Amino acid sequence: MVQTLEGIVGQHPFFKGMEDRHIQLIAGCAKNVRFDEGEIIFREGDPADQFYFIREGLWGVEWMIPHRGFTTLQTVGEGEVLGWSWLLAPYRWRFGARTLQPTRALAFDGKCLRGKCEEDHDLGYEMLKRFTNVVTERLEATRLQLLDLYGAPS
Amino acid sequence: MLPAPYRIEKLHHETVDTFTIEIARANGNGVFSFLPGQFNMLYVFGVGEVPISISSDPRNARTFQHTTRVVGSVTKSMGSLKRGDVIGVRGPFGTHWPVEEAEGRDVVVVTGGIGLAPLRPALYHLMAQREKFHKIVLLYGARTPEDILYRRELERWRSKFDLEIQVTVDRGTRDWRGNVGVVTTMIGRAPFDPTNTVALACGPEVMMRFAVLEFQRRGVPSERIYLSMERNMKCAIGFCGHCQYGPAFICKDGPVFRFDRIEPIFGKAEI
Repeated sequence: MVQTLEGIVGQHPFFKGMEDRHIQLIAGCAKNVRFDEGEIIFREGDPADQFYFIREGLWGVEWMIPHRGFTTLQTVGEGEVLGWSWLLAPYRWRFGARTLQPTRALAFDGKCLRGKCEEDHDLGYEMLKRFTNVVTERLEATRLQLLDLYGAPS
Repeated sequence: MLPAPYRIEKLHHETVDTFTIEIARANGNGVFSFLPGQFNMLYVFGVGEVPISISSDPRNARTFQHTTRVVGSVTKSMGSLKRGDVIGVRGPFGTHWPVEEAEGRDVVVVTGGIGLAPLRPALYHLMAQREKFHKIVLLYGARTPEDILYRRELERWRSKFDLEIQVTVDRGTRDWRGNVGVVTTMIGRAPFDPTNTVALACGPEVMMRFAVLEFQRRGVPSERIYLSMERNMKCAIGFCGHCQYGPAFICKDGPVFRFDRIEPIFGKAEI
């Protein structure tokens, strides 16, 4: 049975508890996408007009570091959300992203959703609450990474 | 308890700052049995004694292994010993991983850094009796790809056994194609049934705090989460009090604790 975009979006834990009318609005800005291994999804500094739900595969969030090349800072996999720069001015990616494995994902048109969030502040608030959770989880994970927990105690 | 003499049969450097020693009774005819998760007190004569978890297969009763990181004078001396040298051994001590209770359930093992060593005997046990368990998931975090412990063994296990192994590193290198990020973030998307899972965690205490939160978020009850705790152990038999942890002593009541039994004191700075 072919699942509709609305069905896929509605079943994703990220949107758990959201009203049907909001799910419909969000699904209206979504499309299915596929990427091969090694494809660049976006580059640092590019306009951030999309965000993604990874359905299958692994992506690396990376920075270009002079003399070190592209360096993966974090990987994002199945069931996870990537990208919140579309929500915040100046709407440009702070990092790049590249597929490390063949990937299926849902891509959401951030520009379209921003417009809908401006028109319907309830939707905007729901989206902000959910993205704040993602940002908080990433911040906690980054703090743990910074602690260098597995190194020998000094 | 007097240390028994054990002879070093092998010493193998796992990573730049960790090594594994394989030892056997010096008189050659002793057998040794232990349960996964237990530890020994290893005595480098003239230098000192340290508690180190046993990291070998519990079915091997002739020799056993300890993997440790070089962190002080004793482990530094131990790392420079040669085959045939003798050390003193007291043990085994402490509680063990609940491998029997895990039968008929999914088993999720979360570990980071050198924390994989105390869990290795449990993994040997799970794989030796694979049919008794549902899914077995190992989530392992290391500092960099070069710091991954037992790398070849993990690759062999992954290809040979029905075992889900996910490895992540805090800092990737250019040729690393795997996960980058902290190990606890993998719990949320790991394939297991939280209503029928036993979770085992060993690693830095901060890592275990976040592991517990993630397991609880997935719905694993506290009484099915087990942690291996670490404090400064000296006597190993509950007399000296160095390893007191609230009402318990890590050396005899631990190191493996069922989480609901330490939940009120876990993560408290004063304890």
